[in-house]
Amino acid sequence: MSTRTLEWIIERLLFLCAALSVLTTAGIIAVLAFETYEFLHEVPVLEFLTGTEWTPLFANQRFGVLPLVVGTMLVSSIAMVVALPMGLLAAIYLSEYAPSGFRRIIKPVLEILAGVPTVVYGYFALTFVTPLLQQFLPSLSGFNALSPGLVMGLMILPLVSSLSEDAMRAVPRGLREGSYALGATRMQTALKVVVPAAFSGITAAFILAVSRAIGETMIVAIAAGQQPRLTANPFVPIETMTAYIVQVSLGDTPQGTIEYRTIFAVGMLLFLMTFGLNLVSTWLRQRFREEYA
Amino acid sequence: MSGVSPTVPSLSGVAKRGGQSPASLDSPVKIAVDRLNFYYGEKRALDGISIQIRSNLVTAFIGPSGCGKSTFLRTLNRMNDIIPGTRVEGTVEIDNQPVYDSSLDVVALRRRVGMVFQKSNPFPKSIFENVAYGLRINGLTTSKVEMADRVEESLRQAAIWEEVKDRLHDSALALSGGQQQRLCIARALAIRPEILLMDEPASALDPIATQRIEELIYDLRKTYTIVIVTHNMQQAARVSDFTAFFWLGRLVEFDRTDKMFTAPAEKLTEDYVTGRCG
Repeated sequence: MSTRTLEWIIERLLFLCAALSVLTTAGIIAVLAFETYEFLHEVPVLEFLTGTEWTPLFANQRFGVLPLVVGTMLVSSIAMVVALPMGLLAAIYLSEYAPSGFRRIIKPVLEILAGVPTVVYGYFALTFVTPLLQQFLPSLSGFNALSPGLVMGLMILPLVSSLSEDAMRAVPRGLREGSYALGATRMQTALKVVVPAAFSGITAAFILAVSRAIGETMIVAIAAGQQPRLTANPFVPIETMTAYIVQVSLGDTPQGTIEYRTIFAVGMLLFLMTFGLNLVSTWLRQRFREEYA
Repeated sequence: MSGVSPTVPSLSGVAKRGGQSPASLDSPVKIAVDRLNFYYGEKRALDGISIQIRSNLVTAFIGPSGCGKSTFLRTLNRMNDIIPGTRVEGTVEIDNQPVYDSSLDVVALRRRVGMVFQKSNPFPKSIFENVAYGLRINGLTTSKVEMADRVEESLRQAAIWEEVKDRLHDSALALSGGQQQRLCIARALAIRPEILLMDEPASALDPIATQRIEELIYDLRKTYTIVIVTHNMQQAARVSDFTAFFWLGRLVEFDRTDKMFTAPAEKLTEDYVTGRCG
């Protein structure tokens, strides 16, 4: 075989490998889109998006997705309340205070947190955090939004701190020196110069974390319950979009039925939400890179 | 280096700017340094520096790259503190107060000893906020009117007010390199330091912007004690009253600028200022 033929084959093979992942993604989106289209034939899109009752598995079927969306938002919000301030403070510590030797050790350790399987976090929330919280909050149900929200916050903390720290470290040293030279303390320099200068990078990290929280499945499927309800009360069982998809997928819902199609419609909505957030995050990070190119 | 602009006087024309020589070259000592050693880790970067810098005059540090002149400048406001693994021996006194005393408040020191850097480093904020920053963090004024007044005063002192007065709230990053550097000077002046350290403030600027900075230094000397590090010997000759020549971490010679450039005592100084070495 001539070198040119070999090169030709190698090139095509490499192209196929690259194409495979793109095609898979396209395939997933196509299936989601097709099933969602079928679903929306039977349920008007307005009813789906604005209805306040979600009971597709009951005799009295209602297809208002809002309870699932609100459940998702509730858990994600609790997670962000934990992860954003703590992640930002950890990033400020790592980037502005920690000695470089210590940072080299602590940063990988923190990132290991992100490598713990989420099912472990799920049972951690259900069997440890919830009973612990119930000692202080007697009204807390066995399944609730609070405990998985807190644990999820812990889980995405490394993501927030690591990406925020990257953004802060990319701020040129000259800016810090300019601030110190004016008599600023470390905290003033960190909060008034470094964080604002790294703002778009930090925001990108936050948005990526929100997107991760919205898409997180195992923790909420295990510890939040399976009761779609439109509430902002974190003490009672709720259901998130992801947990609902798990519930139906694991059950014996026959293929082709409306109940079965609901998971694609919910999945499509979830995909659009996280995809939108990721786009914003990528755009922000790109803008940040341009500022200090 | 020579002849960058037609207004640059030749070395022989160092005799001070047309009769505007300073009132006195023996003003009181502002900064007294005695046998200062400085280390980056194990490496000694400064070796036994002793020098007395007089107030309300311009002192230039010259010498080849890596000779320690910037490092020395940064010991005067303890800017090297933020670099891990550095160590200082000997004493630095400003107005007879030891700078490396453990009881000294570094923040208060840096408020008295302003600094302008080689690479202009405006904060990614508006022009106004850049100048107001030092006033805000040091709590020097809470009144909006006084803040605006002091920002204007600083911008005027730095000879940039006319260029920016109509766009104070635009981003400082939109200014040209020379304007950014003058903004950084205004920012340093806003907290009214007594001493202004300038680390090659014009090395990244074109000849016209450089000339403006030099004129500015000449004016500022009435109010501030200025120490300037420069690569450019003509610049040292033009702007300074005293010149210190550094070589391999040591202070080789320190004298009046006119003497340094016309009749230096050391052979090494003469070789350097005439371009025969370095």
